[in-house]
Amino acid sequence: MVDKNMVGKEYPESTFDVEKGKIREFANAIGDKSPVFYNERAAKDEGFEGLALPPTFPTVFAMFGGTMLKVIADLKINMAKMLHGGQEYEYIKPVKPGDTVTGKTKIGNIFEKSGKGGTMEFIVLETTYTNQNGEKVLVDTSTLIQTS
Amino acid sequence: MAGREVFFEDVNVGDNMPEFVTDPLAELQFVVYAGASGDFNPLHTVHAYGEKAGFGGVIGHGMLSMALTGRGVTNWVGHKALKKFGVNFRSVTLPKDVITVKGAVTKKYSEGGENCIDIDVIAENQRGEKVIVGNATAALPSK
Repeated sequence: MVDKNMVGKEYPESTFDVEKGKIREFANAIGDKSPVFYNERAAKDEGFEGLALPPTFPTVFAMFGGTMLKVIADLKINMAKMLHGGQEYEYIKPVKPGDTVTGKTKIGNIFEKSGKGGTMEFIVLETTYTNQNGEKVLVDTSTLIQTS
Repeated sequence: MAGREVFFEDVNVGDNMPEFVTDPLAELQFVVYAGASGDFNPLHTVHAYGEKAGFGGVIGHGMLSMALTGRGVTNWVGHKALKKFGVNFRSVTLPKDVITVKGAVTKKYSEGGENCIDIDVIAENQRGEKVIVGNATAALPSK
């Protein structure tokens, strides 16, 4: 069981430098050939200041920025029985190559649901990202499920 | 998507998003996605782990399914429009699965000086099983 007293707990900030190469690599991995992810001129023609980011690119902030794994370890979640139940992004301001984003994660909620396979525990993580100018750019809400 | 921009005036509640169909997923793609995303859970890359977990082999990353769903949405509304994008993961993907992304406009409104639509999206595999159920909010240009 995940300790429900952990709701509201905040984790230390983590930062990620947004680089052109990683954006191109990620766009290629998801099979998206749109020029705005590869070619700066094409991105500028569509009104971006640098290469555009695919909508789920912020998963890279979470995975390489490192907060996600720290939270999983802190909550003593069994990775072998963990599912990613849901994911939501709220895009507040554009993020571009050259930006450094800083994420602050807190545990938004922990609750249980009973289903066919037993009791499932839902852990909702809320991460707010700011850029190097202190502007709020993105909110990431991840729901993890610990199955029994 | 230069040249076929979607304008707020041309979209109505109940309109369907153009269907988006992926290429068949491949084990190698899961390896490439692991490296690109930083999600190195071996369930997605090491055959023995997937077998032990009862999937018969590797399964795709949920976040790859979300990314493919996102492609379906941005193919329609463009790359600057998304304000919110959220999904629930319903079933896993396997190598060779072909994912079809569908969507329908559920709401059309103006808020904070922007012209927005809400879209319900689903991604399903070739067996008709839902892989993802989600929604997106997009701000569209006006004529």
